[in-house]
Amino acid sequence: MPARATHHTIVALVEDKPGVLNRIASKWRQRGFNIESLAVGHSEIPGLSRMTFTVDGARHDVEQVTKQLFKVIEVVDISDITSEDVVARELALIRVAATPNNRTALIEIAQVFRANIVDVAHDSMVLEVTGDEDKIESLYELLLPYGVKELMRTGRIAMTRGGAGEHDQDDGHRRYRSAGEGKAQVGSLL
Amino acid sequence: MECLLREGVDTIFGYPGGSNLPMYDALPKYSSQIRHVQVRHEQAAAHAAEAYARITGKAGVCWATSGPGATNLVTGIADAWMDSIPLVCITGAVVSWLIGRDGFQEADITGITIPITKHNTLVLNVEDIAPAIREAFHIATTGRPGPVLVDIPRDLQQASCEFEYPSEVNLRGYSPVTKGDLHQIKRAADLIEKSERPVILAGHGVVISHAWDELVELAEKTQIPVITTLLGIGGFPGTHELNMGMPGMHGMYWNNMAISEADLVMGIGMRFDDRVTGALKDFAPQAKIIHIDIDPAEIGKNLPTAVPIVGDVKQVLQELNREVTPARHDEWRAYLNTIKAQHPSILIPETAKLLPQYVIKSIYDASGADAYYVTGVGQHQMWAAQYFWVDKPNGFITSGGLGTMGYEVPAAIGAQFADPKSTIWSICGDGGFQMTSQELATVVEYELPIKFAIINNGYLGMVRQWQEMFYNNNLSAVRMYQPDFIKLAEAYGLRAIRVTDKAEVQGAIDLALNHPGPVLIDFQVEEAENTFPMVPPGASLQDTVDSPYKKSDVDTRKPAAGGAR
Repeated sequence: MPARATHHTIVALVEDKPGVLNRIASKWRQRGFNIESLAVGHSEIPGLSRMTFTVDGARHDVEQVTKQLFKVIEVVDISDITSEDVVARELALIRVAATPNNRTALIEIAQVFRANIVDVAHDSMVLEVTGDEDKIESLYELLLPYGVKELMRTGRIAMTRGGAGEHDQDDGHRRYRSAGEGKAQVGSLL
Repeated sequence: MECLLREGVDTIFGYPGGSNLPMYDALPKYSSQIRHVQVRHEQAAAHAAEAYARITGKAGVCWATSGPGATNLVTGIADAWMDSIPLVCITGAVVSWLIGRDGFQEADITGITIPITKHNTLVLNVEDIAPAIREAFHIATTGRPGPVLVDIPRDLQQASCEFEYPSEVNLRGYSPVTKGDLHQIKRAADLIEKSERPVILAGHGVVISHAWDELVELAEKTQIPVITTLLGIGGFPGTHELNMGMPGMHGMYWNNMAISEADLVMGIGMRFDDRVTGALKDFAPQAKIIHIDIDPAEIGKNLPTAVPIVGDVKQVLQELNREVTPARHDEWRAYLNTIKAQHPSILIPETAKLLPQYVIKSIYDASGADAYYVTGVGQHQMWAAQYFWVDKPNGFITSGGLGTMGYEVPAAIGAQFADPKSTIWSICGDGGFQMTSQELATVVEYELPIKFAIINNGYLGMVRQWQEMFYNNNLSAVRMYQPDFIKLAEAYGLRAIRVTDKAEVQGAIDLALNHPGPVLIDFQVEEAENTFPMVPPGASLQDTVDSPYKKSDVDTRKPAAGGAR
């Protein structure tokens, strides 16, 4: 009885060291997951980066991998924020074919989506749009008839709303807990 | 080398090569403090270090050069990973300016071993060597132990810097929980008190955390029968009246029934492996499960758990022993004894044939519960697990999770180095033995008095059994050509005996035990003997096929002599 696959958003705080991404990817790969999106960048804590990744899978399976990921030495904290109230954003760059005739129409579409036009060439223009996946999908659909030449997406980054992101002291080390979710992740079964 | 001294290393198993020459250059200077054991293949270095780690409780250390040297370690590292053995592997890498350029004997060993190490590091600055080694030992030996690999380019091995050994390790993402949650421990005690048909499933965690006294106290106080997993053997005295032996695929029939009818299963330092549980959907259908393990990722991995306790087994059991109330389970134990009487599981029939079970049981009877028994993987391993009711923690040393054939020869070497005075038996399959027999040279070179018993049935016995039972007896690639093991052993300089008749068994074993040096006995046993009981692959514990034998000429449950702990 295969459990139903659902979309999961997982946020990890990791040490900024070579090989971390490889270790994390390896845990998903070993169990046959496809990482749908992945975004990595520095966090507010020196030496630590924050990763957001989205995967599709059954809840129990994703939970298993998440627990295995917490064992990776460089992973300082990890939580599945799928069921949390989150702000999720993604940035996309879309190169669309543009002629003098339809340029105005494209600019209007961009305005509706609060997208920026960041480059204009004689036969194309590049739109920059920020938002959730649905918004980016909608814009992309609208632009398709004009001829999308290139699409580039950063993948989702996500942050819980409200009192998230607090730090506490743990064994003398600085550790991160996103509104107790880190504890819930490891501690839900404790 | 200074780092290794600080970590209390006294023995290194290794093999030199182009990329670890500077390490070997430094070795003679430290020869009075650190002994180097030169094996004949790097895989053997890893297995020997594993057995050494198990018995001494310290991290096992092995060295290899880059490329093929490092990749030869991989099987041993994977073995240590599966069985939670603390191992520190130090590999030489090609010089740093050749890394990533397909230099001679370059292999991306840190990349290769990511999934089978607890941690690994490629050191890129000479100042980072000392902290990397410090962290490697810390990570390997704390929490749930495991293998750690440190890869050091050759030029850094000979570079110099101010030696400063870090006094403490600061890893932001690593702080294993050792103390169990008291609330959960109280809940566990409550469940134990309410249970009428409890069993304990004791695993390797009991041995790793040295919790054998605590487990005896718990079992005696609550009178709960103790079933030991393959790697849990020795974690509870084999001769103790509450010891029920092994469960699972080739476990005792009575244990599989006990689990199936229990109302409480306490998994202690074990991971509900598929070889233990059979089909998960039918595992312990009437039982609530208490699971004690140091690794939170093990809790709920295979089974829903009523009471999860994350912590070091020893610490948790100490707390739990304070909480539990004394109990008796006379009715339950009497019932289990009835099953035991009806399904004796491990009888050895009266026959003139030379049965492998008879050989294995005879070795145990002659050597006692106090010797170390190292095995390979396959039928002989399962028979050994069935007949060796060892008393000594780590008295039974085997490759559990990975099931590595060939483990028996190098692991016996590591065991003998860890405990030079004790009797070490290496129980070998004729297939596995041929995978690592080159290590007989190491045995003779270092004058290790290991007793090798090849349980020689001329087949890859377990594979043959599966082909017979589940593949219409379509025997495919299981008949093994073999050399003359006697001549082979003699060529290396061992005393060697061939046994083809039941009447010769006792004499050969006695001779081996009395001979001061290493001995190899080639027991040419019955070819087509199968290992029972057996849970067919994919089936449930309730479907255990018991041994066909109803009568025995050997008392298989009689404790052997010399059971002092």
